[in-house]
Amino acid sequence: MALSKHIKDKLDKLRPNFPTLQALVIPALHEVQHETGMVSEDSMRDIAEFLNLPFMKVREVVTFYTMFNKKPVGKVHYQLCGNIGCWLNGSDKLMDHMEKRLKIKHGQTTPDGKYTLSKVECLGACGSGPVLQVNEDYNENLDVEKLDQLMDDVFKKIDAGENNIGRETYNPEVWP
Amino acid sequence: MMEEKILTKHINTLNCHTLDFYLANGGYNSLKKAFEIGSDAIIEEVKKSNLRGRGGAGFPTGMKWSFMPKNPVDAKGNPKPKYLVCNADEGEPGTFKDRLIMSKNPHSLIEGMVIAAKAVGACRGYIYIRGEFFKEARILQSAIDDARKKGFLGKDILGSKMDFELFVYRGAGAYICGEESALLNSLEGKRGEPRLKPPFPAQVGAFGMPTCVNNVETFAVVPYILEHGGPKFASLGTEKSGGTRLFCVSGQVERPGIYELSMRTTLRELIDIAGGVRGGKKLKAVIPGGASAPMLTATEIDIPMCFDAMMKAGTMAGSGGAIVMSEDVCIVEATSILLRFYEHESCGQCSQCREGSHWLARMFVRIEAGKGTHKDLEMIERICSNMAGQTICAFADAVTGPVLSAVRKFRSEFEDHVRQRRCPQKIASRTIDAMEIDRGRAHV
Ligand SMILES: Cc1cc2nc3c(=O)[nH]c(=O)nc-3n(C[C@H](O)[C@H](O)[C@H](O)COP(=O)(O)O)c2cc1C
Ligand code: FES
Repeated sequence: MALSKHIKDKLDKLRPNFPTLQALVIPALHEVQHETGMVSEDSMRDIAEFLNLPFMKVREVVTFYTMFNKKPVGKVHYQLCGNIGCWLNGSDKLMDHMEKRLKIKHGQTTPDGKYTLSKVECLGACGSGPVLQVNEDYNENLDVEKLDQLMDDVFKKIDAGENNIGRETYNPEVWP
Repeated sequence: MMEEKILTKHINTLNCHTLDFYLANGGYNSLKKAFEIGSDAIIEEVKKSNLRGRGGAGFPTGMKWSFMPKNPVDAKGNPKPKYLVCNADEGEPGTFKDRLIMSKNPHSLIEGMVIAAKAVGACRGYIYIRGEFFKEARILQSAIDDARKKGFLGKDILGSKMDFELFVYRGAGAYICGEESALLNSLEGKRGEPRLKPPFPAQVGAFGMPTCVNNVETFAVVPYILEHGGPKFASLGTEKSGGTRLFCVSGQVERPGIYELSMRTTLRELIDIAGGVRGGKKLKAVIPGGASAPMLTATEIDIPMCFDAMMKAGTMAGSGGAIVMSEDVCIVEATSILLRFYEHESCGQCSQCREGSHWLARMFVRIEAGKGTHKDLEMIERICSNMAGQTICAFADAVTGPVLSAVRKFRSEFEDHVRQRRCPQKIASRTIDAMEIDRGRAHV
């Protein structure tokens, strides 16, 4: 499977912005992950080929950065911040609550492939912690009540077959 | 007295992020002035302002700009391009100010960057924004597009014959990419591993070219400095740290958030402005300048939040993020959480940092679970002395800051954990197994 035309076009448009081709590796990985939800070995190979780079130059980048999913994730990726600012405001209780509700531990995906739950480090919004990132969106100042409401909403959206949950501001025409 | 506000003056107004709003409030006038007075005068003005980098190290910005070579040439004698890079990685726990600037006042950043480009002679700029800031990156991109349409970016800006292009570059979730040389590697599409210095970015920076790296807030206050003059900005702060600063307050206070205040403000005043400790509880500890700064106890907070005073108090002003902990917090657990973070984020290049942060994290888990020994406390000191100052970048120092201050200033808490074989503050402490699982399982 080669890179989609959409990604290729987008990368071609970005080419003049950088003096080297290698600088496009991370933008390319972001695009692939947006399209497929993860970065597979195959897509790493495709990117390497498209950018004329050794495979390893792409692979070593993927393994360095936490944002690139090496495994498939659910349709909705819940990422709850567990760092100090959010922890001081009770994020550990929210994590327990989410684990119970989703019946998985953090770092796992539900068997139906709908949800992945992760515990992440500081999201840069500590003043409004606890913070939960739902796909791309930040949800701030959470407590158990608001969390339940949010999870209910997400549940309804998945049920209704919505595809861009938490990605409402994405615009395919522009980078980023 | 009403405090002077530079960046947050209009923050509550609807559409304050738009170009129209920015122009209606005198936006991009400083840029015109910059073209009139020229490079040397801009740098002189910034030097007079006593502006010091807001990213953490507090390096004088005017001086940094003057280190950029005037007419760099490569080995064959051809002129080299110069680059400007904005550090918008904002990974330091406790810091969340750059996000506010980018989403509410993006044009001050853009204008500041064009002025800086004029000052150092850069032809291209990159804003390296952390990957999780999807929305902010989009707001920034549309602000850049708007600015380009009006001729504030691109070719022959405002008839000055200066060309300057600005691009947004998204990171992908690595705290270490906030360190400037790691950031440059990441920008080049590589693993974000810090580089040996020298050579400094001013000589060999992004793509091997002379590069000037500054934080978002550093750039964003530059238009004000040109508009009102360096001395005016300097007068807002202390003798050696000019201006106001966006202080972030998080943790257990009544009103966490971002407060733009003079650098003269003391830590106690800052906590009071944020409503004091939540629920009328007593203060136990504050981390004053982002997670990497050594902790202060409740009796040590009557010092101004400027770089020098903080340094004298044995901590650092860092990124300006105060994390407030009340009497309910177990310092061992809090430090353990920071260590989990550091262990996860160490890039792994230097053995001292890679192994040290791992050992420390495991040791703190053990102590928290009541399985520590008195020897562990000595060991912590030993490990830290082998980490700080021994590595390529300052990450190892950032690890030892909070750890050593916790162990030294709250020693009795650690000893209680060892002696009572449990956490004295919690009814049920977390088990080692649960914590160990937590440590290794951060991402997919
Ligand atoms: C481990 C580490 C993390 C850092 N993270 C950031 C960051 O997230 N944002 C930032 O602006 N500077 C960060 N810095 C500081 C930068 O290396 C650099 O000093 C700064 O970008 C320079 O800009 P300034 O002079 O405007 O402060 C970090 C430094 C270290 C050692
Ligand atoms: S600690 Fe959770 S966002 Fe910073």
